[in-house]
Amino acid sequence: MNNPFTLSGKTILVTGASAGIGRGIAVACAGMGAQVILTARNTERLQETLSQLEGDGHSYIAADLTNEAERRVLVEQLPMLDGVVQCAGVGNRVPCKMLMQEDLDRVMKPNTEAPMLLQSLLLSEKKLKKQASVVFIASAAATMPVAGNAVYSASKAALVAYAKCLAQELASRQIRVNCISPAMVWTNLIKEDLSMEQLKRAESTYPLGRFGKSEDIAYLSIYLLSNASEWMTGNDIEITGGSLIG
Amino acid sequence: MEIQEFVVNFANQFDDTELEVFTPETRFRDLEEWSSLTGLAVMNMVAKKYEVKITPAELKSVETIEALYNLVAGKK
Repeated sequence: MNNPFTLSGKTILVTGASAGIGRGIAVACAGMGAQVILTARNTERLQETLSQLEGDGHSYIAADLTNEAERRVLVEQLPMLDGVVQCAGVGNRVPCKMLMQEDLDRVMKPNTEAPMLLQSLLLSEKKLKKQASVVFIASAAATMPVAGNAVYSASKAALVAYAKCLAQELASRQIRVNCISPAMVWTNLIKEDLSMEQLKRAESTYPLGRFGKSEDIAYLSIYLLSNASEWMTGNDIEITGGSLIG
Repeated sequence: MEIQEFVVNFANQFDDTELEVFTPETRFRDLEEWSSLTGLAVMNMVAKKYEVKITPAELKSVETIEALYNLVAGKK
Protein backbone atom coordinates (compact mmCIF):
# COMPACT_ATOMS: atom_id res chain seq x y z
CA MET A 1 0.00 0.00 0.00
CA ASN A 2 1.03 3.54 -0.73
CA ASN A 3 2.20 5.10 2.54
CA PRO A 4 0.39 8.44 3.05
CA PHE A 5 2.92 9.47 5.70
CA THR A 6 6.04 9.12 3.57
CA LEU A 7 8.33 12.13 3.20
CA SER A 8 10.24 10.54 0.34
CA GLY A 9 11.13 13.13 -2.31
CA LYS A 10 10.52 16.05 0.04
CA THR A 11 13.16 18.59 1.04
CA ILE A 12 12.61 19.88 4.56
CA LEU A 13 14.26 22.67 6.54
CA VAL A 14 14.40 22.16 10.32
CA THR A 15 15.44 25.06 12.57
CA GLY A 16 16.69 24.45 16.09
CA ALA A 17 18.02 21.16 14.77
CA SER A 18 21.08 20.99 17.03
CA ALA A 19 19.22 19.63 20.05
CA GLY A 20 15.96 18.61 21.67
CA ILE A 21 12.74 18.50 19.70
CA GLY A 22 14.39 19.96 16.56
CA ARG A 23 16.96 17.20 16.48
CA GLY A 24 14.24 14.58 17.06
CA ILE A 25 12.22 15.99 14.16
CA ALA A 26 15.22 16.03 11.83
CA VAL A 27 16.05 12.40 12.64
CA ALA A 28 12.44 11.28 12.17
CA CYS A 29 12.04 13.17 8.87
CA ALA A 30 15.17 11.53 7.47
CA GLY A 31 13.85 8.17 8.66
CA MET A 32 10.70 8.78 6.60
CA GLY A 33 12.74 9.48 3.48
CA ALA A 34 13.04 13.28 3.48
CA GLN A 35 16.14 15.16 2.47
CA VAL A 36 16.75 17.33 5.52
CA ILE A 37 18.51 20.68 5.83
CA LEU A 38 19.45 21.45 9.43
CA THR A 39 20.04 24.85 10.88
CA ALA A 40 20.98 26.18 14.32
CA ARG A 41 23.83 28.26 15.71
CA ASN A 42 26.23 25.55 16.89
CA THR A 43 28.15 23.80 14.10
CA GLU A 44 29.47 20.99 16.28
CA ARG A 45 26.02 20.01 17.49
CA LEU A 46 24.61 20.32 13.97
CA GLN A 47 27.25 17.84 12.80
CA GLU A 48 26.19 15.53 15.60
CA THR A 49 22.57 15.70 14.41
CA LEU A 50 23.70 15.17 10.82
CA SER A 51 25.57 12.02 11.84
CA GLN A 52 22.31 10.59 13.23
CA LEU A 53 20.33 11.02 9.99
CA GLU A 54 19.45 7.99 7.89
CA GLY A 55 20.09 8.19 4.15
CA ASP A 56 22.12 10.55 1.97
CA GLY A 57 21.85 14.12 0.77
CA HIS A 58 21.27 15.82 4.12
CA SER A 59 23.13 19.01 4.97
CA TYR A 60 23.41 21.76 7.55
CA ILE A 61 23.84 25.52 7.45
CA ALA A 62 24.87 27.18 10.72
CA ALA A 63 23.03 30.46 11.38
CA ASP A 64 21.82 32.63 14.22
CA LEU A 65 18.23 33.24 13.18
CA THR A 66 17.92 36.34 15.36
CA ASN A 67 20.50 38.00 13.09
CA GLU A 68 19.12 39.45 9.86
CA ALA A 69 22.34 39.02 7.84
CA GLU A 70 22.65 35.37 8.90
CA ARG A 71 19.00 34.70 8.07
CA ARG A 72 19.62 36.11 4.62
CA VAL A 73 22.75 34.00 4.06
CA LEU A 74 20.82 30.90 5.13
CA VAL A 75 17.87 31.55 2.83
CA GLU A 76 20.12 32.34 -0.15
CA GLN A 77 21.67 28.88 0.14
CA LEU A 78 18.39 26.98 0.37
CA PRO A 79 16.86 24.98 -2.47
CA MET A 80 13.08 24.98 -3.04
CA LEU A 81 11.42 23.47 0.02
CA ASP A 82 8.49 21.09 0.49
CA GLY A 83 8.46 21.59 4.24
CA VAL A 84 9.70 23.85 6.99
CA VAL A 85 9.72 23.10 10.70
CA GLN A 86 10.40 26.19 12.78
CA CYS A 87 11.55 24.70 16.02
CA ALA A 88 14.25 27.06 17.32
CA GLY A 89 13.37 28.61 20.65
CA VAL A 90 14.44 29.29 24.19
CA GLY A 91 12.85 29.05 27.61
CA ASN A 92 13.00 31.59 30.40
CA ARG A 93 11.25 31.94 33.72
CA VAL A 94 10.90 35.31 35.35
CA PRO A 95 8.17 36.71 37.61
CA CYS A 96 6.12 39.49 35.97
CA LYS A 97 7.13 42.08 38.54
CA MET A 98 10.82 41.57 37.72
CA LEU A 99 10.40 41.65 34.00
CA MET A 100 12.83 43.88 32.11
CA GLN A 101 13.42 44.74 28.48
CA GLU A 102 16.33 42.28 28.35
CA ASP A 103 14.03 39.43 29.46
CA LEU A 104 11.61 40.27 26.68
CA ASP A 105 14.38 40.48 24.11
CA ARG A 106 15.97 37.22 25.23
CA VAL A 107 12.71 35.33 24.64
CA MET A 108 10.68 37.24 22.06
CA LYS A 109 13.54 37.62 19.58
CA PRO A 110 14.30 33.89 19.11
CA ASN A 111 10.79 32.54 19.83
CA THR A 112 8.59 35.02 18.01
CA GLU A 113 10.46 37.56 15.91
CA ALA A 114 13.03 35.25 14.30
CA PRO A 115 10.49 32.67 13.03
CA MET A 116 8.30 35.43 11.56
CA LEU A 117 11.23 37.17 9.88
CA LEU A 118 12.67 33.89 8.57
CA GLN A 119 9.26 33.00 7.19
CA SER A 120 9.02 36.39 5.51
CA LEU A 121 12.35 35.79 3.76
CA LEU A 122 11.40 32.26 2.71
CA LEU A 123 8.31 33.71 1.05
CA SER A 124 9.79 36.83 -0.51
CA GLU A 125 12.69 34.76 -1.90
CA LYS A 126 10.13 32.25 -3.17
CA LYS A 127 11.69 29.22 -1.49
CA LEU A 128 8.43 27.38 -0.76
CA LYS A 129 6.93 25.06 -3.34
CA LYS A 130 3.20 25.05 -3.92
CA GLN A 131 1.60 22.59 -1.48
CA ALA A 132 4.47 22.98 0.95
CA SER A 133 3.81 22.47 4.65
CA VAL A 134 5.00 24.84 7.36
CA VAL A 135 5.06 23.70 10.99
CA PHE A 136 5.74 25.90 13.99
CA ILE A 137 6.65 24.32 17.29
CA ALA A 138 4.71 26.46 19.75
CA SER A 139 3.88 25.28 23.27
CA ALA A 140 0.95 24.25 25.42
CA ALA A 141 2.20 27.11 27.59
CA ALA A 142 0.52 29.44 25.07
CA THR A 143 -2.85 28.54 26.59
CA MET A 144 -1.81 27.06 29.95
CA PRO A 145 -0.88 29.78 32.47
CA VAL A 146 1.91 28.99 34.91
CA ALA A 147 3.36 31.53 37.35
CA GLY A 148 6.79 32.61 36.21
CA ASN A 149 6.27 31.59 32.60
CA ALA A 150 4.56 34.75 31.30
CA VAL A 151 7.08 35.83 28.69
CA TYR A 152 7.60 32.35 27.30
CA SER A 153 3.82 31.78 27.17
CA ALA A 154 3.30 35.13 25.45
CA SER A 155 6.06 34.43 22.92
CA LYS A 156 4.40 31.15 21.89
CA ALA A 157 0.84 32.54 21.94
CA ALA A 158 2.02 35.26 19.56
CA LEU A 159 3.52 32.63 17.29
CA VAL A 160 0.26 30.66 17.18
CA ALA A 161 -1.75 33.80 16.33
CA TYR A 162 0.77 34.71 13.64
CA ALA A 163 0.70 31.21 12.14
CA LYS A 164 -3.09 31.33 11.74
CA CYS A 165 -2.87 34.57 9.75
CA LEU A 166 -0.07 33.08 7.68
CA ALA A 167 -2.27 30.06 6.96
CA GLN A 168 -4.92 32.43 5.57
CA GLU A 169 -2.39 34.19 3.36
CA LEU A 170 -0.87 31.03 1.89
CA ALA A 171 -3.97 28.87 1.46
CA SER A 172 -4.55 30.04 -2.12
CA ARG A 173 -1.22 28.41 -3.02
CA GLN A 174 -2.17 25.23 -1.14
CA ILE A 175 0.64 25.92 1.32
CA ARG A 176 -0.40 24.71 4.75
CA VAL A 177 0.59 26.18 8.09
CA ASN A 178 0.04 24.46 11.41
CA CYS A 179 1.37 24.63 14.96
CA ILE A 180 2.26 21.90 17.39
CA SER A 181 1.87 22.85 21.05
CA PRO A 182 3.56 20.29 23.27
CA ALA A 183 3.30 20.15 27.02
CA MET A 184 6.50 19.26 28.87
CA VAL A 185 9.00 17.32 26.76
CA TRP A 186 12.28 15.98 28.16
CA THR A 187 14.86 18.32 26.65
CA ASN A 188 17.58 20.57 28.02
CA LEU A 189 15.20 23.51 27.66
CA ILE A 190 13.03 22.42 30.57
CA LYS A 191 16.02 21.44 32.72
CA GLU A 192 17.47 24.95 32.62
CA ASP A 193 14.94 26.59 34.89
CA LEU A 194 13.46 23.78 36.99
CA SER A 195 15.06 21.29 39.36
CA MET A 196 14.86 17.57 38.63
CA GLU A 197 12.70 17.19 41.72
CA GLN A 198 10.20 19.80 40.45
CA LEU A 199 10.15 18.14 37.05
CA LYS A 200 9.61 14.64 38.44
CA ARG A 201 6.76 15.90 40.61
CA ALA A 202 5.11 17.59 37.61
CA GLU A 203 5.66 14.49 35.47
CA SER A 204 3.82 12.31 37.98
CA THR A 205 0.65 14.39 37.42
CA TYR A 206 0.52 13.60 33.69
CA PRO A 207 -2.34 11.15 32.96
CA LEU A 208 -0.17 9.12 30.59
CA GLY A 209 2.47 8.91 33.32
CA ARG A 210 5.34 10.75 31.69
CA PHE A 211 6.52 13.90 29.95
CA GLY A 212 6.92 13.76 26.20
CA LYS A 213 9.92 12.52 24.27
CA SER A 214 11.25 14.35 21.21
CA GLU A 215 9.97 11.44 19.09
CA ASP A 216 6.40 12.04 20.29
CA ILE A 217 6.54 15.51 18.74
CA ALA A 218 8.51 14.34 15.72
CA TYR A 219 5.86 11.82 14.70
CA LEU A 220 3.17 14.51 14.73
CA SER A 221 5.47 16.69 12.62
CA ILE A 222 5.76 13.87 10.10
CA TYR A 223 1.98 13.79 9.77
CA LEU A 224 1.83 17.56 9.25
CA LEU A 225 4.66 17.51 6.69
CA SER A 226 3.25 14.55 4.75
CA ASN A 227 0.47 14.49 2.19
CA ALA A 228 -1.68 12.73 4.80
CA SER A 229 -2.53 16.14 6.27
CA GLU A 230 -3.23 17.94 2.99
CA TRP A 231 -6.66 19.16 4.21
CA MET A 232 -5.27 20.64 7.37
CA THR A 233 -4.20 24.25 7.83
CA GLY A 234 -4.41 26.98 10.46
CA ASN A 235 -4.54 24.47 13.30
CA ASP A 236 -2.73 24.41 16.60
CA ILE A 237 -2.45 20.83 17.81
CA GLU A 238 -1.89 20.25 21.51
CA ILE A 239 0.12 17.13 22.34
CA THR A 240 0.26 16.82 26.08
CA GLY A 241 0.28 13.29 27.51
CA GLY A 242 -3.22 14.10 28.73
CA SER A 243 -2.04 16.97 30.91
CA LEU A 244 -4.70 19.36 29.59
CA ILE A 245 -7.62 17.01 30.22
CA GLY A 246 -9.99 19.19 32.27
CA MET B 1 12.74 56.39 -9.91
CA GLU B 2 12.64 54.22 -13.02
CA ILE B 3 9.54 52.64 -14.55
CA GLN B 4 11.36 49.41 -15.45
CA GLU B 5 12.55 48.91 -11.90
CA PHE B 6 9.05 49.72 -10.63
CA VAL B 7 7.55 47.06 -12.92
CA VAL B 8 10.00 44.46 -11.54
CA ASN B 9 9.25 45.43 -7.95
CA PHE B 10 5.55 45.20 -8.75
CA ALA B 11 5.99 41.79 -10.40
CA ASN B 12 7.91 40.46 -7.39
CA GLN B 13 4.74 40.66 -5.32
CA PHE B 14 3.36 37.78 -7.40
CA ASP B 15 4.33 34.15 -6.81
CA ASP B 16 3.10 32.35 -9.90
CA THR B 17 2.77 34.96 -12.66
CA GLU B 18 5.96 35.07 -14.77
CA LEU B 19 8.02 38.27 -14.80
CA GLU B 20 7.70 38.51 -18.62
CA VAL B 21 3.97 39.06 -18.26
CA PHE B 22 4.49 42.45 -16.63
CA THR B 23 4.86 45.65 -18.66
CA PRO B 24 3.96 49.25 -17.85
CA GLU B 25 0.70 48.71 -19.74
CA THR B 26 -0.31 45.60 -17.77
CA ARG B 27 -3.84 45.90 -16.38
CA PHE B 28 -2.93 44.16 -13.17
CA ARG B 29 -6.43 43.48 -11.93
CA ASP B 30 -6.97 41.24 -14.97
CA LEU B 31 -4.16 38.90 -13.83
CA GLU B 32 -5.48 35.64 -12.43
CA GLU B 33 -3.21 35.86 -9.40
CA TRP B 34 -4.34 39.38 -8.39
CA SER B 35 -6.11 39.47 -5.04
CA SER B 36 -6.66 41.89 -2.18
CA LEU B 37 -3.60 40.35 -0.52
CA THR B 38 -1.48 41.16 -3.60
CA GLY B 39 -2.84 44.70 -3.38
CA LEU B 40 -1.72 44.89 0.23
CA ALA B 41 1.72 43.60 -0.79
CA VAL B 42 1.96 46.27 -3.51
CA MET B 43 1.05 49.04 -1.06
CA ASN B 44 3.71 47.77 1.35
CA MET B 45 6.28 47.51 -1.43
CA VAL B 46 5.62 51.15 -2.42
CA ALA B 47 5.90 52.27 1.22
CA LYS B 48 9.15 50.40 1.82
CA LYS B 49 10.98 50.87 -1.49
CA TYR B 50 9.71 54.36 -2.43
CA GLU B 51 8.74 55.74 0.98
CA VAL B 52 5.36 56.76 -0.36
CA LYS B 53 2.12 55.87 1.33
CA ILE B 54 -0.73 55.11 -1.03
CA THR B 55 -4.26 54.50 0.17
CA PRO B 56 -6.49 51.61 -0.90
CA ALA B 57 -8.66 54.19 -2.69
CA GLU B 58 -5.68 55.49 -4.65
CA LEU B 59 -4.66 51.97 -5.62
CA LYS B 60 -8.22 51.31 -6.70
CA SER B 61 -8.19 54.42 -8.88
CA VAL B 62 -5.46 53.12 -11.23
CA GLU B 63 -5.74 50.40 -13.84
CA THR B 64 -2.19 49.86 -15.11
CA ILE B 65 1.24 49.55 -13.53
CA GLU B 66 2.29 52.73 -15.33
CA ALA B 67 -0.63 54.65 -13.83
CA LEU B 68 0.39 53.42 -10.40
CA TYR B 69 3.98 54.42 -11.11
CA ASN B 70 2.83 57.93 -12.05
CA LEU B 71 0.74 58.11 -8.89
CA VAL B 72 3.72 57.13 -6.74
CA ALA B 73 6.13 59.43 -8.61
CA GLY B 74 3.67 62.29 -8.14
CA LYS B 75 3.64 61.74 -4.39
CA LYS B 76 7.39 61.53 -3.92
